[in-house]
Amino acid sequence: MLIAATIAILVVMIMAIVRGIVGPTLYDRILAVNMFGTKTVLLISLLGFVMGRPEFLDIAIVYALINFISVIGVLHYSDASIFKRSNQQNK
Amino acid sequence: MIMLSGIYGLLSASFFVAMDAVDVAFTEASVGAGISTLLMLVAITMTGRSENPTRHKPLLALAVVIVTGSLLIYGTLDMPYFGLAQDPVHLHVAPRYINDSMQEIGVPNIVTSVLASYRAFDTFGEVVVIFTAGMGVLALLSVVRHPKDTAEIDSINKSMHEEHLILRIVAKMLIPFILLFALYVQFHGDFGPGGGFQAGVIFAAAIILYTMLFGMSTARRVINQSFIQLFAAIGVLLYGSVGVISLLNGKNFLDYSVLSADPVAGQHLGILLIELGVGFTVTSVMVIIFFNFAGRRNDQQNKENNVS
Amino acid sequence: MDISSAVFLLIGSFLCVSGGVGILRFPDFYTRMHAVGVTETLATTMILIGLMLQNPDGLVVLKLMIILLMTLFISPTASHALASAAVHNNLMPELDKKEDNEKETSSKP
Repeated sequence: MLIAATIAILVVMIMAIVRGIVGPTLYDRILAVNMFGTKTVLLISLLGFVMGRPEFLDIAIVYALINFISVIGVLHYSDASIFKRSNQQNK
Repeated sequence: MIMLSGIYGLLSASFFVAMDAVDVAFTEASVGAGISTLLMLVAITMTGRSENPTRHKPLLALAVVIVTGSLLIYGTLDMPYFGLAQDPVHLHVAPRYINDSMQEIGVPNIVTSVLASYRAFDTFGEVVVIFTAGMGVLALLSVVRHPKDTAEIDSINKSMHEEHLILRIVAKMLIPFILLFALYVQFHGDFGPGGGFQAGVIFAAAIILYTMLFGMSTARRVINQSFIQLFAAIGVLLYGSVGVISLLNGKNFLDYSVLSADPVAGQHLGILLIELGVGFTVTSVMVIIFFNFAGRRNDQQNKENNVS
Repeated sequence: MDISSAVFLLIGSFLCVSGGVGILRFPDFYTRMHAVGVTETLATTMILIGLMLQNPDGLVVLKLMIILLMTLFISPTASHALASAAVHNNLMPELDKKEDNEKETSSKP
């Protein structure tokens, strides 16, 4: 059962990567990265249980935090003038 | 351009996932990759804005950031203790580490014992290089604070950040927890994955989160620039002084056995102190780099807002 | 214990996969974000509860609880941040054309 869940999460991560490459707007890609990060957290926890070493959970916590901070950082710094300038050009 | 950093984030995460099956030490590299993504993004934001193409400073700073990031990744790699038993890697040094580490040092996590005790001099070199990277960024990009503009910056920041209300409330609840978790990772390095490098990065991540959501000027008031520089220096000094004390007691540099009555306790004490030094230095260098990049970008943005 | 854990894991992975399918097939950014944000949090909760039930040991359950609480806080906040940043930068959702026609017919008298 654990292995089936692991395979399911790997499939979803591949889907997220596809959306990350294809997605037309910037926000699609940020969304894909965010989703990839959350699934990575789940993947670490599952793999930790599969391999019988629950010390991985510390890394899961760390990666959840890093994912969150990275998403907020990317959003904050993509509000910068590069994007606004191109936005105005598109208008 | 921004898409590149998004995909880089994905790649670093998948690299970590691929290595997940191998060893815990490799997974710690992803932390460095995540933070350096953020730093690279800030640097790219700065370089993308420049109108005259003959700007060399941001590129050099970008190189510094890449060096720091890859150093962080390098600093947490370890020899994998699995695989073919006939590899020369496994024949000479590794068996001694694996067999004798528990008796000689008494620390369950072999990664930490190798990084902090057997190979402590290399780790000292890494800490010094991280410190130098931070000093390099300071020398190139240091932002001069104008006390008069602080009030203007405050008003601009307040108007810009009202929309971040929900984020601020959540961040206020999360940040103490993140700091506490950084302390836990720092001191838990003996038993599980962790240690100074990772804890420093997490601590710096909490400070970066605070800075992003509450504005640069508030963050500057909370964490003074000179205080942070002092912190970085203290980290390296702590590391070096542990070694010097060992020298003064008649043994080799960074030989912890003489730090206390019982050699094993001396090892524990030595590892604790140098991990603390590493944590200090890594935190402060990441914060210095981020403050300088973001402060410069804020200045550019304020100039553009004032001009337009 | 094993069966209930397996049930939770199954529900969690099904939600996860449905969120992944959603992110691929939905037409617009806002709909995709809705799919991901909702299913991601719930799938994480289910899977973590399933893992907790599998190994009712002290420290492991505590750590899983921490991850669960953190994800419950972080994931909706990140979705909110994404949505507000997108709106702030004028990324408009695609409106259905039938609604426009209905608005026109209802605003006439």
